[in-house]
This record gives sequence, structure tokens and C-alpha cells, in this order.
Amino acid sequence: MNVDILTLMNLVDLLICLVVLVSAIGVAVHRNLLAAVVFAGVASLAVSYLFLRLAAPDVAMTEAAIGAGLSTVIFLIAVRKTRETEDGS
Amino acid sequence: MKQIVALVAVVLLAVVLWRLVPLAAPTQLGPVARHYAEWGVAENGGSNLVTSIVVNYRGFDTLGEVTVLFLSVAGAGFVLRRRHGLVVHEPIPASEIVQTGARLLFAPVVLFGAYIFVHGHLTPGGGFQGGAVVASGVLLLLLADRDRHLPHGFLGLLESLSGFSYVLAGLAGLWAAGSFLANRGVLPLGSWNRLLSAGIIPVIYMVIGLKVGSELAALLDVMMHAAGGDGEEAHR
Repeated sequence: MNVDILTLMNLVDLLICLVVLVSAIGVAVHRNLLAAVVFAGVASLAVSYLFLRLAAPDVAMTEAAIGAGLSTVIFLIAVRKTRETEDGS
Repeated sequence: MKQIVALVAVVLLAVVLWRLVPLAAPTQLGPVARHYAEWGVAENGGSNLVTSIVVNYRGFDTLGEVTVLFLSVAGAGFVLRRRHGLVVHEPIPASEIVQTGARLLFAPVVLFGAYIFVHGHLTPGGGFQGGAVVASGVLLLLLADRDRHLPHGFLGLLESLSGFSYVLAGLAGLWAAGSFLANRGVLPLGSWNRLLSAGIIPVIYMVIGLKVGSELAALLDVMMHAAGGDGEEAHR
């Protein structure tokens, strides 16, 4: 029974790693800046889960509060104040 | 062409960093880490070892970090200072859900932030995390009422006083125990795992929490009221 829970947790960890990768790529390739900001927030949140799993709750709290919370909001305000899409390449 | 260059750069970086990736978890601690792990609780009386390291053993670094945060917020505030008469858009009022939610959540969120930094020496988290949570509570207020202006004079006073108190706590260590930011001998260590314990660590973390909270709140206020439009109008 214990083994089952452990493998389940490992599967969840792998899934979260995948979320980090996909959202990080999403930040890089998305043309819509609002979507890119949201992707960055999702990546931060997933990374904070990984920090928690690696037994670093202090770092996880910082990442969740600042990475996923405040900096996402600050980027959102900045995008709103300027413009929403990225020009050219 | 650009993409090829980027790809080559990423591959080169991977080659350079490959040697630094530990393929197996280290089996034992280094001498400094072992001292912290074995003596950290006994020397400081705080049950959260991370806090003992951040605020006491590496307290001087933390003072530097707080200064860096202050400088970056001051720089952002300077760049984003309000330019009168440039663009004044009628802000779109927030929906009733946001307003009610903000009114309901503001007090619990700020209380939770204060809880995090007051209990920094006992439970995970501390001044930086608690301050960020307090600032997100203030953000709710700003989102609900777009015309609200925070009292910058008060925030500046709070921020300066808490930064000053951090240095004063360090000087108290210099006076009582002979080294800047020393913990032993300034305040009693108290009994382990109690709220009033761990010497000056909780004092310093409360001060950091107030400082970070007021700085980030002021930054959010400056950003929300910076010149610039809502969305597309400003660009046209």
C-alpha cells in the first residue's frame, strides 16, 4: 500500500515537472503577453510545489507568494499599462 | 538565423553546466552545514533552522538583501513617478464580486501575513514571505477601488523605521555580545518552540516583514497609478 502511494507521488512529481517545462516553453513562444505572464505564474506555482516536495517549505512559500503571486500581478499591470502583443520577431 | 544562434547558445550552456549537475544526492553535509544542523537549534533556540541561518548566522547578508530590495523599489518608484496631465483615463470600476471579495479577504490575508512573519522562527516562512502576503492583501484593496491612494508618507515612515530598527538590533548585539547582529546575550533565548524565544530573531523578522510589506505595497500603488492607459487606448 505504501509503495502504491509513493509511486503515485512520483507520477504527480513527473507531471508537475512536465507542467513546468510546458509553461516555460509557453512563456518563450507565446506572442500574447498576457498569456505569457499567466504561463510564467503557472511555472512558478509548479516550481513551488517541487520545492515543497524537496523539503524546502521556506523556499516554496517565497516562490508561491512572490513568483506566482506578486510578480505575476506586477507583470500584468505592466502589460496593461503598455500593450498586449509583442511586435515582430 | 537568430533561432540557430539561440539553439547553439543553449547547447553550449548545457555542455558547460553539465558537470555541475549532481547526479546523486550528496550523502553527507559539509563542515559548515554540519555545524548549522547540529548546533543551530542549541545556539539560537529557534525551531526553524532556516530562519536561524538566514537571520543570525547570515544576518549581515540579509541586511544586504533588504537594502537591495529597498533600492530596487526606490528605483521603480523614481522611474514610475506620476507625470501630471499626461494620460488620465477614467478607470473601469471593479465588479461587485471583486469589491465584496476584497472587503471580505483583506483582513484575513493581512493577518495571515503577520502570522507568517511573527512565527518566522518557529514555522516555515518569515519576514520576506509574510511581507509579500501582506502586500497581496493591500493589492486586493487597490484592485477593488481603483481610485484608492495609499498613504505614501506613512509607508515611507514605516519602511525607514523598520530598516533602522534592523540596524539597531545589530548594534545591540555589538554592544551586548561583541559582534554585529549577535543573538546570544541580547535577549533571553527563552524556551524552545515558544513564541517568545530565539532571542532577537523574531524581532528582526517582524521588522523585515513590516519593511518588505510596506515597500511592496508602495510599489504596487505606484504601478497601479503610473501614467499609461488601460489596455489599447494608450497605444493608439
